[in-house]
Amino acid sequence: MAVTGGVLVLFLVAHMVGNLKIFMGAEDFNHYAHWLRTMGEPAVPYRTLLTVLEVGLVVAVVLHMWSAVSLARRARAARPVKYEAKKKSHAHGYATHTMRYGGVIILLFIIWHLLDLTFFVVNPKGGDASPYERVVADFAPERWYITLFYVVAVLLVGLHLWHGIWSAFQSLGLRSLRNEHTLRVLALTVSVVLTLGFLAVPLAVTFGWVS
Amino acid sequence: MKLTLRIWRQSSPAEKGRMVEYPVEDISPDASFLEMLDVLNEKLIADGEEPVAFDHDCREGICGMCSLVINGTPHGPERNTTTCQLHMRKFEDGEVIDVEPWRAKAFPVVKDLVVDRSPLDRIIQSGGYISAPTGTAPEAHSVPVPKADADRAFEAAECIGCGACVAACPNGSAALFLGAKVTHLGLMPQGQPERWDRVVNMLETHDDAGFGGCTNTGECSVACPKGISMDVISRLNGDMLKASVGGKKKR
Repeated sequence: MAVTGGVLVLFLVAHMVGNLKIFMGAEDFNHYAHWLRTMGEPAVPYRTLLTVLEVGLVVAVVLHMWSAVSLARRARAARPVKYEAKKKSHAHGYATHTMRYGGVIILLFIIWHLLDLTFFVVNPKGGDASPYERVVADFAPERWYITLFYVVAVLLVGLHLWHGIWSAFQSLGLRSLRNEHTLRVLALTVSVVLTLGFLAVPLAVTFGWVS
Repeated sequence: MKLTLRIWRQSSPAEKGRMVEYPVEDISPDASFLEMLDVLNEKLIADGEEPVAFDHDCREGICGMCSLVINGTPHGPERNTTTCQLHMRKFEDGEVIDVEPWRAKAFPVVKDLVVDRSPLDRIIQSGGYISAPTGTAPEAHSVPVPKADADRAFEAAECIGCGACVAACPNGSAALFLGAKVTHLGLMPQGQPERWDRVVNMLETHDDAGFGGCTNTGECSVACPKGISMDVISRLNGDMLKASVGGKKKR
């Protein structure tokens, strides 16, 4: 969970930085989208590096899910008879409890997101438009429900990261009493920055700051 | 105090258990939770009924024998306290109190509230020891131990092996117990010879016993009557990685 999660966090950072290029204008954003495909040229053919990265991401996501599913299955097997009393949680709080169902919702969001802006199946502009036009059309004010869906999903990603980043250090044996505070602050900072960074684009389009 | 107890009754491991309601009266707020159960049992015996079986021994909070999930929380509502040291003044007069055994596949119910915690013993047998030459005790100062390490090892060694961590864990994992043992022995110079075998073997025994995997929810540490911190699990994970992926385990 920790290693694959780490890979995905690094991806999210790069993804967020790329998204924010939309505030530099249509030309910059489209140019960046094109660059993603020409990365590594002329050493390697068109779209080689991007494909390698995509395959790596799919592997990371699949392994991350596989670990989560096997942990959940082990958990179910480890307690065949449930408690009668209402379950009480005394520890870490909300973020920790959203990991499993939050993860499932994030997966559903990723599927929609890929259909939307990678395969253009559910995008109002489709494959012939520029990336910039697709994003602007996607989060248009009259499609507020799409924006809302993205906002909810991004908030869930934020919660997932808040517990996940700290938890990854713990799983890799890198947490101690000495760095506990630092790791908590790091996890919170990274998740807040990523959440705000990802929320910026859809909200800016919906409220007409990017058009 | 007047209370209504809902207690898990199960006459044998094979039988299907159920919650049974028992009203109790005239309980002193200064009685411990176990003393309150003693009062109930005396009444049950006087009425010719089967008394409630529960584990207990020292009643001083140090043996690790008492258990009980009280209102959904192992060892009851008070932090850093075993059930035997929990007093009835922590409850409201007239309260309905649910009393259940530890719930885990690895801890099958023997009778009523008594569970078989021998998987924890098997984990200890598979690595929770040090090899020491027998004979006269060596001079205490012949093996220097840094103060900070000694303190951390001592904190981890506070684990009384009661199994509350397993009972509290949503995954039914004994990672806090494992971590406490690995930290306690792994920080001391005497624990070094078996350090890498210990973590691998103990974790293997843990998994084979049917405990779940740790997802760092932190419920264990809160339920632990000795307040053992979750950083021992980080140390467990670190030692496991060094022993397996890092190739430190030789034998």
